[in-house]
Order: sequence, then C-alpha cells, then structure tokens
Amino acid sequence: MSTHIDFLDVSVFYGAHKALDEVTLSVERNEIFGIVGPANSGKTTLLKAINRTIDLVTGTKVVGEVSIDGQNVNSIKNVNSLRRRVGMVFPLPVGLPLSIYENVAYGPRRAGMHDPEKLDEIVERCLKQSVLWDEVKDRLDSLGTKLSGGQQQRLTLARALSLEPEILCLDEFSIAIDPVTTMKIENVLVELKKDMTIILVTNLIQQAHRISDHVMFLNDSQIVEMGDTQQMFSSPKQELTKKYLSGEMG
Amino acid sequence: MSEAVHNPFAGSDFETKKLRKENRVKGFMLLASLVLIVPILVIIGYLIYKASPVLSWDYIWGDPGPLGKSGGIWLPLIGTFYLVVVSLILVAPIGILAGVYLNEYAPNNWFTRAINMAVTSLAGVPSIVHALFGVGCFVLTFKMGESLIAAACTIAVMTIPVIVTATREALASVPQSFRDACWNMGATKWQTIRTIVLPNSISGILTGIILEISRAAGETAPILFTGATAAVAINTSDLGTKLMPYDLDDRFMALSYHLHVVAEKISGMPEEMKYGTAAVLIGLILVVNSFSISLRLYLRTRKKW
Repeated sequence: MSTHIDFLDVSVFYGAHKALDEVTLSVERNEIFGIVGPANSGKTTLLKAINRTIDLVTGTKVVGEVSIDGQNVNSIKNVNSLRRRVGMVFPLPVGLPLSIYENVAYGPRRAGMHDPEKLDEIVERCLKQSVLWDEVKDRLDSLGTKLSGGQQQRLTLARALSLEPEILCLDEFSIAIDPVTTMKIENVLVELKKDMTIILVTNLIQQAHRISDHVMFLNDSQIVEMGDTQQMFSSPKQELTKKYLSGEMG
Repeated sequence: MSEAVHNPFAGSDFETKKLRKENRVKGFMLLASLVLIVPILVIIGYLIYKASPVLSWDYIWGDPGPLGKSGGIWLPLIGTFYLVVVSLILVAPIGILAGVYLNEYAPNNWFTRAINMAVTSLAGVPSIVHALFGVGCFVLTFKMGESLIAAACTIAVMTIPVIVTATREALASVPQSFRDACWNMGATKWQTIRTIVLPNSISGILTGIILEISRAAGETAPILFTGATAAVAINTSDLGTKLMPYDLDDRFMALSYHLHVVAEKISGMPEEMKYGTAAVLIGLILVVNSFSISLRLYLRTRKKW
C-alpha cells in the first residue's frame, strides 16, 4: 500500500473563522478512511479542500499543502480534471432537473463522452453500484428530482461513480437511506475500494467501525486521534475519543 | 343548559383575542387588494364603453383616414408591434449575456459593484432623457435618421437595466445546489450554465423581457423624436405591404404617439377615435401580458423540481 492523499499542516479559514486547524494526515491507496466528529468540526471542509471546491466559497483561505499522488492540488492547472478524479457525495441529496438517465450520464457527457452504448453501460453500472437500479430501471427517463430523498441520495452516489473516480468522498451519504439499503451500499463500498480510495465522513459511528480501515476523530477543527479502526475502537488513546465513540461526549 | 360541559379545546382569552386580531388584519389586507384592482377595472371599463362605437374588426384592420378622424388603427398597431419585435431582437442577447455574467461569473469587487450601480442608475433615468439620448446617439451620430431602427434602439437602451435585473432574478431562482453538484463533477461554469441553469430559467427570462419591452413600447417619449410620425403615405392594398408596411429606416406610426396626436393635436376629433386608440393600446399590452402570464403558468406546471 502506498499513500494516495496527503494533508500537510492544512488550515482553512472562512474569513476570521478557522474551520480546519493544521491538519496533517495521509490516506492510503484503496482503503476506506473514516472521519467522525461532531457538527462544525471541519469534516466537510476537509473534503472540499481535496477537490478544491472550497475555492468556490468566497472569503476562504487555505494554508498548507493538500496533495494527491504527491502532486499539490493547487498546482493542478485544470481544476475540472481534478474534480473528475474525485467523486463527491454531500449529505443533502441533489437530483439535477434532468431524467434519471441524464443525471448519471451528466458527468461523462461533460467530459466529452458521447457514445450511446458506453453511456448505457455506465448508467447501468453506476445505478447498480448505488443499489438504485432495481427501483428505477423501468423509468430511467422520468425526472431525477421527483425521486424520494433516499433515492436521490443514491442517485447522487451513482453520479459520483459515473466518472470512475480514483477518490470517492462520501459526506454522510446514508442520512436519508433506510438501514437495509445502507448495508447493501456498505457492501458495495467494500467492493469498490479495490478500484478507488474512499473517504467516508459519517455520523454513524458503527458505520465507521464496520467498514473503514483507518479512522480519524476530528473535534473543534483539530485531529484528536487517528489510527487503525480496530485498535482505535478497542483501545482509544485519548479520553475524548473514548467518550465520543461510546456516545458519552457532550 | 343544566350544567356547563367542560370543553378541553375551548380557547383561553388570549387565544380568542389573537384569533380576532388575525381576522382583522386579514380583512385590512383584503381591502387593500380590492382597492388595488378598482382603478384597473374602471379604466378598462370606461375605455371600452367610450370606444364601443368604433371598436370592430374593421377598425383594427383598417388604415387611418385623413388626420385620423376616421378609418382604422392598423398602421399604428403594426408599427408598435414591429417596434417591440425589433427592440426585443436588439436587447435580448445583450441583456441575457450581461445578466448571466453578473449573476454567474462576476467576482464581488469594485468593478462589479460599479456595473451594478450603473444598471440601477440607468433604470432611474426618465424616458424623455432616454429620448434625447436616442436623438443624439442613434438619429444624429449613427446617422440612422428618424426611423424604426433608431426608435427601437432607444427603447432597447431604456429597457436594458430592467432586463438585466429580470434575467438575474430568473437565474437566481435556480437552486445553488444544482451548480455545486455540476461543479463537483468537473463541469465548467459554462457547461453548467448551458445544461442546467439556462434551460431552467430561459422561459422566466423571456417572459420578463417581453413584459418589459411591451411596457416601454407603450410610452410616447422615447419614440417622439426618434422615429414616430403622425401619418405615413403607404399604399396597403396588397397583403404583404399590409403586414410589413415599414422598413427599418422608415418613419413609422405607433399607437402611443398616435394617441398623443389624435387626443391633443387635432381639433374636432371625434371622441370615439381617441378612446378607440387608447383601448387598442391597452388591449395590446393586456394581450402581451396575458401571453406572458400564461407562459409562466404553463411552465410552472412543468417545473422540474
């Protein structure tokens, strides 16, 4: 295993507010890297720094170095090609105002893919991976925005997978999804990590326990503890980690 | 009643009082809304009543007689129509592109703020000042002469601030989350605008533009010195000329100016000719408005989220 993503003393400021405080970490290739922590601890900010969507928020400043395969993301001239390599799923499901099919085909099309057969393949593969195919295969041309919240969330996941990203960032992807489907998706994620590195931000501590290889605990913009999942859940080094993981913090 | 039955849902004094207040406030607001529509109904009713002796298909389709004392209203009506169409062709691309830039691309800096301020100030310029600008700029400097195109350019300049604003409002109604989702997939801003933002706002943009231009075309001042005329010598015996009586560099008749002339300039004008012109002008604006409104209603039923 080699490292895939590196953060070196990364701090992020929204105006005067420090959303991430000198975070240093490395994520290994083909692992599931879990991030847990209370609200406002900087989890989403950390993800946005990877594909530089943080640049789109006015008034932000990023200090330090984020790199993928040793290349500083700030040195990448074409930010759109970076974003194609990093799939993102945010907690609020967003179905684009297009058909279900076009929702999934959107990314590939914008990347210049126009072969209808290949697009069909991609749509089917991604909807299967996000455990949505069986529910929508007969109505691919109906609007993605008319799906239920949980279905839209899986549609968002399918869209993120459509560009075959090498890094997949999931930000609380399962908040609107029922437990049975969540389990199915978790199994898919474990399969997917053969092909990509997955960063999993989750409020479900058990989810991090079940599928992540390493876990990081963020609190108040800082890393409290980081390490091997089994080890951290069985014998956390910090008192705060122990409290958080057992649900006693706060 | 032998015995007071305890009603667990009976409101407290405070609950009753606040309900009464709610109804009172609602009543006032309803009253204000009714007051609002009275002038509109009175104006339209009075116009139609006064104009009823002349209002007929022949009046709309016929050309004005000598001094507008007899005959129909066709030439001014079609003149106003072409004024609207030509202004629309001129202003729509500029207004839409500027609106898209300001809403989707412009960074928040002094330059953008200066443009925004210019747009707001331009919207506050009186129409007669726009008319004089039109004379100086289009009629004299660009040597268009008094013509349909010069008048259309003047209308275009006059409406551009409102159109930029209408465009921005339509764009802002598309949720930001759609843009974020597209950007996260490596779509450029232009790809996002072309595939998601514009298709879901273009109808709102066009509705706003049509509405604004038809309102502006109902004004007299901007066309007074730039191309409108009281009478034209055009033989409309064949249908082609009838439907397209004016070239771009011709002076033209328009409803608003025609009204100005028949109502004030000529003595001995039959009453119904004045009211007929006003009724047709307001009728034209109402037709355009209802077209815009029905387009909007139709699109609302097709809303995609």
